[in-house]
Amino acid sequence: MTPSSSIAAPGATPAHEEHHDHHPSYLVDGTTIKSWLLTVDHKRIGLMFLFWVLLFFLVGGIFALLIRLELLTPGPTIMDAMTYNRTFTLHGLVMIFLFMIPAIPAVFGNFMLPLMLGAKDVAFPRLNLLSLYIYLTGAMLALWGMLNGGLDTGWTFYTPYSAHTTTTVAPVLFGAFIIGFSSIVTGINFIVTTHTMRAPGITWFKMPLFVWAIYATSCIQVLATPVIGLLLVLVTVENLFGFGMFDPARGGDPVLFQHLFWFYSHPAVYIMVLPAFGVMSEIVSAFSRKNIFGYRAVAYSSLGIAFVGFFAWGHHMFVSGQSTFAGGLFGVLTMLVGVFTAIKVFNWVGTVYKGAVDFKTPFAYFCGFLFFTVFGGMTGIALGTTSLDIPWHDTYFVVAHFHFIMVGATIMAFLAAIHYWFPKMFGRMYHEGWGLVSAALIILGFNATFIPQFLLGNNGMPRRYYEYPERFQALNVASTAGASLLAFGFVIIAMYLAYALFYGRVAGNNPWRSKGYEWLTESPPPTHNFVGPQPTYPEEPHFYVDPKKAEVPDAV
Amino acid sequence: MSELLNNILFLPEAASTFAERIDLLHHFVVGTTMVMSAGVGLAALFMFFRYRRRLPAQATEYVVPTLKTEFLFVSVPLVFFLAWFGIGFRDFTWVTTPPKDSMDVYVMGKQWMWKFAYPEGPNGVNVLHVPAGRPVRLLITSRDVLHSFYVPAFRIKMDALPGRYTQIWFEATKPGTYQVLCTEYCGLSHSKMLAEVVVLPQEEFDVWMKEQRRGRLQDRQDALADTSLVPPVARMVEQGQVLAGSQGCLKCHSVDGSQHIGPTFLGLYDRVERLQDGQNVRVDEAYITQSMMDPGAHLVAGYQNVMPTYQGKLQGPETAAIVEYIKSLRTPNVREGASEGPAYDAIQ
Amino acid sequence: MQSSASTAGAPAAPVPRLAMHFASLEVQDNAARLGMWLFLTTEILLFAGLFICYGVYRFLFPEAWAASSRSLDLTLGTVNTVVLITSSLTAALAVHYAKTGKNKAVAVQIFLTLLMAIGFLVIKYFEYHHKFEIGTLPGRYYFYEGIQLPGAPMYFTVYFCATALHGLHVVIGMVVLAFAMVRALRKGDFGPNNYTMVELGSMYWHLVDLVWIFLFPLLYLV
Repeated sequence: MTPSSSIAAPGATPAHEEHHDHHPSYLVDGTTIKSWLLTVDHKRIGLMFLFWVLLFFLVGGIFALLIRLELLTPGPTIMDAMTYNRTFTLHGLVMIFLFMIPAIPAVFGNFMLPLMLGAKDVAFPRLNLLSLYIYLTGAMLALWGMLNGGLDTGWTFYTPYSAHTTTTVAPVLFGAFIIGFSSIVTGINFIVTTHTMRAPGITWFKMPLFVWAIYATSCIQVLATPVIGLLLVLVTVENLFGFGMFDPARGGDPVLFQHLFWFYSHPAVYIMVLPAFGVMSEIVSAFSRKNIFGYRAVAYSSLGIAFVGFFAWGHHMFVSGQSTFAGGLFGVLTMLVGVFTAIKVFNWVGTVYKGAVDFKTPFAYFCGFLFFTVFGGMTGIALGTTSLDIPWHDTYFVVAHFHFIMVGATIMAFLAAIHYWFPKMFGRMYHEGWGLVSAALIILGFNATFIPQFLLGNNGMPRRYYEYPERFQALNVASTAGASLLAFGFVIIAMYLAYALFYGRVAGNNPWRSKGYEWLTESPPPTHNFVGPQPTYPEEPHFYVDPKKAEVPDAV
Repeated sequence: MSELLNNILFLPEAASTFAERIDLLHHFVVGTTMVMSAGVGLAALFMFFRYRRRLPAQATEYVVPTLKTEFLFVSVPLVFFLAWFGIGFRDFTWVTTPPKDSMDVYVMGKQWMWKFAYPEGPNGVNVLHVPAGRPVRLLITSRDVLHSFYVPAFRIKMDALPGRYTQIWFEATKPGTYQVLCTEYCGLSHSKMLAEVVVLPQEEFDVWMKEQRRGRLQDRQDALADTSLVPPVARMVEQGQVLAGSQGCLKCHSVDGSQHIGPTFLGLYDRVERLQDGQNVRVDEAYITQSMMDPGAHLVAGYQNVMPTYQGKLQGPETAAIVEYIKSLRTPNVREGASEGPAYDAIQ
Repeated sequence: MQSSASTAGAPAAPVPRLAMHFASLEVQDNAARLGMWLFLTTEILLFAGLFICYGVYRFLFPEAWAASSRSLDLTLGTVNTVVLITSSLTAALAVHYAKTGKNKAVAVQIFLTLLMAIGFLVIKYFEYHHKFEIGTLPGRYYFYEGIQLPGAPMYFTVYFCATALHGLHVVIGMVVLAFAMVRALRKGDFGPNNYTMVELGSMYWHLVDLVWIFLFPLLYLV
């Protein structure tokens, strides 16, 4: 597709110029600050989430760079041990609770879910806004705690250390507890929206796969978050008052803490990665102009991951003193998660078969995503074999593995989603060349950062080490070099996207000629999403067949 | 071959029987991962090129997988994953089930050091001596927070949990010195909590053990020899020190002022303790003796009633020796006021 | 905004009119009800974590558990259980009257529910007070001489965490019901087509009741 052919569908109206029309786009329908802060429009709430989430990504990213700089040399480099311990803790907490968990669901889920279901808004718009403010309240409390000393427990805040450390544990954990409510509220909202707000014609198996993924994610959010909420409160109480719930000196059981912690935090991994799978299903279909190969398999595997993900938590504890039998059980269940993920990967590749690939920026991220998911997933399975986990547990191998999945897969999807839906959200187009260049930089940078970390883990370097024996230095330097490449890639993205936001070419309603439901309305959409009568949805969401010869499905 | 692969994968030297077993699985898993990722990647790249877009709004065929294809998608990975798991779990049970004839070593993690103790034998800090070619079972615990005992060259790791024991075993294959790292984050000096395992040939290990024991026995015999007489106080103190170690007092009571399961012995004598019933008591000979014979009678506030009675286990002179030993730990810098319950070592 | 923000978990306050984005009133009520059920699920999972702690420590310290449980006042506990179950009845009756549009009766029933809730909290206050006096307190604050078993302070840690969390839910439930009561009195617009607010409030109240029905035997009848 050449840039000049961007006006696609017949009758499309360039929405941005028409804000004096009777149906202005959501961006300009009300320009006061109040109209943004008190809006109940899911699209505006999604954008506000995007703003905050990106801000926290920046904060977490700066922490990450500080960590990598500190690890350049075996001894102290730029900070002391206490600062380092706080830095990696805050990096983990900010990235997980403030960025990863809300990243795709709260931003793109909020924006796209009603559009994809043909609804005018989510089921509970005011709760949706409330969810944003709960998130901000929690985030501010946590940030306040971080600025007032921070905590040095690691994001896992294992007891008894977290109960006894003198650092500022309580406000940060309580902030995370509040953010949990935001996650629950969003989850409930999306589940109810999916159940009750589908437009006529959109049956369960005609929903876009992104909706399936968000639905599965929301189920996890609703079922797992309360447990961590309780746990965060208990640890806060323990830290403040010393009730002894998990304190071995008072008969408490630190392993019980770990069970409760991972009961949430393992499914939380799927809260972070399932929406990424959903985004990629949309993108691979849109850019290869093909129906999803095995639509139902992909949809069911989302639910399968959500379900089995609840019963695999014990694989974080193979060497924590749980029984050998329990280790085996959790190991087998971990393999099942791997199978569901493998189904998705094969079906994505199958989607390209006989398609028509247009290698644009989002698709470049899809390539990176595919590699990171396969490699990150397989190393996860390797860790789940129980015996290999014994040497790898809590070394840099684990660090590299979960960064491949959470950073690799999820951030690839986040970036792909930003690029794919940028014209949908803002009605403007970014520079394609810069997009491809920065995608290449980022994919290279990720590999250069984390492949050395796999090797470091093999070599035996434990995680959360401030100083390390000299034999680990070469690989650490390589990793830091990769991280700077990565950071450079993000800077380029920030620059050209910011430019495109104001000066980008007007994109038209459907620059990708996508058949996704969200593209049926204008770009950017008007306040209540649709003008005129309710649109109808006669075709499947990923349907690119020539209507003249759309008779017999071709089975492979 | 194996050597080469280990070098490519940056694996450290394999110095235990478990390391040799597990490295095979490692190679198998990494090999399959590489082949699978390469396969998926190449297939994808080929198709990106083969099926590139030719028209802006190109229509495509409607392709759906048959049941057979989906079955392949599920079964092929499942078979591989279960095979890995089968092999892995076999090794896992192997390494968590110590052989009957293994030698026991008690390992205790503490912020930020490792202590090793042999039954009936010497203790060591941060250096663990073991014989080559003999199974060694580690019984691991912690005194404060979580730690994890990790020897990369042996490929073994086990968490140290306060209040309970975990176990793992290994059989070192070649003599040498291997690094021990702590892999569970445990506070400020987590990364400095290093120790080493010294693997000696069996004969050298026996010699080492004999020497260590001789030193220990000498102490004990000196002490015992004196009990027949009325021992001078200095002698009693030494004897009490030995007894406090052999009777297990020091497992719960520290002598360096740090708080543990029981109150520290350091500066205990003549200190005013607040009891659980709110009363105060001055620690004297009578209180110490009563606490040994009937530990639950007057518990110091903040401690659990977990101490066993020593009624019948200690002879009169032995009790006296322990009391003298505790008395000898009066220091000029005794803290005033009640002990504050078992707090862990402070950070900073 | 107000009602939505203050009732925190309760889904969008039911307005008599149809919100712009719903297809019909029926869908709107269904959505509210489904949202409430999901929210109740999260509440149950919140308590589930505590029940697991309870189970593990009861398994570790069976004797301390039995002894500590006997130190609780069974009479007060039983009275509280009866009070709370009765309050569930009045909450259910409130829904019944709301469906038939008898707004006065709705307000009366909710008022009775609130009275019993206050009664529950007062009795709970006396129980707590007694514990503070004799020293059956959590963790390091424990100084009761009657039970000197290891694990007894842990029992009271679990006891206080569970009952305090439950008490907090009682208070939240009271706030939700109070809003419904004020509305029944001020506007009096509950009727066959508009009773979702009372229904959801009462559902929440039943949950509070249900949690107590589990807590009572677990804590008092070991």
